[in-house]
Amino acid sequence: MITMKDICKTYRIGTEVVHALDHATLEVYDGEFVSIIGPSGSGKSTLMNIIGCLDIADEGEYLLDGIPIEDYSENELATVRNKKIGFVFQSFNLINKLTAAENVELPLIYQKLKKSERKARVKAALEKVDLLKRAEHFPTELSGGQQQRVAIARAIATHPSLILADEPTGNLDSKTSKEIMDIFHDLNRQGNTIVLITHDRNVAMQAKRAINILDGRVTEATDDSII
Amino acid sequence: MIQSFKMALKSISGNKMRSFLTMLGIIIGVMALVILVSLVSGTTSSVTDTINKLGSNLVGVSVQNDYGNPIRKEDLDDLMKRPEIGAVAPIANGSMTGKYNTTSKTVTVYGTNGQYFGIRNYDLMIGRLLKDSDYDNHTNVCVVNSTLAQELVGFTGCVNEEITLNGTKFTIIGVLKENNEQSSLTALMGGGNLEAYIPYSTHVRLSTDTSINIKAFYISAAKDVPTETTKNLVNRLMLERFNYDEDAFNIQSTDMLEDAMGNITAILSILLGGIAGISLVVGGIGIMNIMLVTVTERTREIGIRKAIGASRGAILRQFLIEAIVLCMIGCAIGIFLSWSFLRLVSVITASLDLSFNMNGAVVIVAVSFCFFIGVVFGLYPANKAAKMKPIDALHYSE
Repeated sequence: MITMKDICKTYRIGTEVVHALDHATLEVYDGEFVSIIGPSGSGKSTLMNIIGCLDIADEGEYLLDGIPIEDYSENELATVRNKKIGFVFQSFNLINKLTAAENVELPLIYQKLKKSERKARVKAALEKVDLLKRAEHFPTELSGGQQQRVAIARAIATHPSLILADEPTGNLDSKTSKEIMDIFHDLNRQGNTIVLITHDRNVAMQAKRAINILDGRVTEATDDSII
Repeated sequence: MIQSFKMALKSISGNKMRSFLTMLGIIIGVMALVILVSLVSGTTSSVTDTINKLGSNLVGVSVQNDYGNPIRKEDLDDLMKRPEIGAVAPIANGSMTGKYNTTSKTVTVYGTNGQYFGIRNYDLMIGRLLKDSDYDNHTNVCVVNSTLAQELVGFTGCVNEEITLNGTKFTIIGVLKENNEQSSLTALMGGGNLEAYIPYSTHVRLSTDTSINIKAFYISAAKDVPTETTKNLVNRLMLERFNYDEDAFNIQSTDMLEDAMGNITAILSILLGGIAGISLVVGGIGIMNIMLVTVTERTREIGIRKAIGASRGAILRQFLIEAIVLCMIGCAIGIFLSWSFLRLVSVITASLDLSFNMNGAVVIVAVSFCFFIGVVFGLYPANKAAKMKPIDALHYSE
């Protein structure tokens, strides 16, 4: 599913050069539930951006579903994000002017699907997160947990190869966090590949495999070595 | 495409007050353009109509310097024989005091012949017109217009009544129809006068200013001969007669009046349309300004859309369509308001016989200009939105 080899990414802040990713090598297989854990400033956001095709590495090789991403143009990357990746963000990132259903429908519109097909997929996705009743509500009328469930519905509506979650429980209390994590477990059981990025050890341990990231270096983590 | 359109409508209706204020520039610009140009063209057609009523193929000649070779009745008779010329009428006029019983009014008295009425498109209501024999015998007869009949004599069927003009007795032999020219505009231009038409020869005896040397005469072109041809012919004849001195005489035709009027109004239309166009451009700048603000405000939304797969083209389209829709709604409101305004003006000025219809061409110009402005001033903000990097946009407010 994901093959990363010697990925490097450096930022220049003033005169200082920051190695956000330093020869990161990573492998994620189909159907896996992998967590990437690291403290803030460890480079995990950069890693997530590169996995999610929001950004491109300076060096190294990244294969998503066997496709090399480095040579893609901006528009091709948009298509990859649209079709292959489902994003779940810490701050939900829903569009407040659109209803829950319209938010879920948005990536399908960019896929240029027919209206009937879109409606069916939106319904199925909302059903999976148990929010069909709230389809016509606006995000501001929903609780944090509900908003995140809408975001998850949006991510899965496109049937992506990979669900990429960036601190999905970061803004939620422990009870709703658990609900959200349960949804991820369900989705994984149904065969979805999930990469979850977090700084929370308890969340990370729920994944079948955990990867540590520190100072831009990626290492496989055993239960004990989780930071 | 339909989706982008819906999104644009949603975004515009989501911020009604701001959208309206933004559109106001366009609305005012469109109104200025449509109303000004329609008013000018409405006035033009009214004035052109009036000019046409003066006589459709009229050529007027006035002599300033006859070089000792004055024009007499015989010369006019010679002119009549030419195939290009339909009718010739000498003309002299003067203001005289008209009296009927005890009523006394100022009357404009024209000395001419029977052909004058045909040249000027005047129709007879009752009685008869002047005849050649009246000319030859200097008879004291007159044809009067209906205004004179009503205001001096008191009734329109006043044939065979006698009036005096500057003390000389005249018998009324005919009364002219009250042509449509009694419209207010001709009234403004002097159509509401009391007028009497007497034989030219009689006018010579009555007025010291008029002599048998004809100073002015009207010519109409023969049927199927363009006025221009006749005018050129007369011009040539007059040049030959008066030592090739262009200043010796003056020729005017209604064509020239129409041409001049057309030129003036075309210039006015372009001038006013141009000024209104500038206000439309200013409105367009307003749209660009607001679209730039909108793009900045919605940076995060743009980031989200890009993250979930919107291409550059999709974002560009979204904001461009929004700007165009904003312009076109403004344009539609502007056209509707202009239409209402013109209806109102038409009702108010109904008594003046002016009609201000919306000029179709200017509406098309306004619509296409608004569309053009929407594209031009929407492109820069839309491109700015489309160029945003998804990560930068996503982390914008964080």
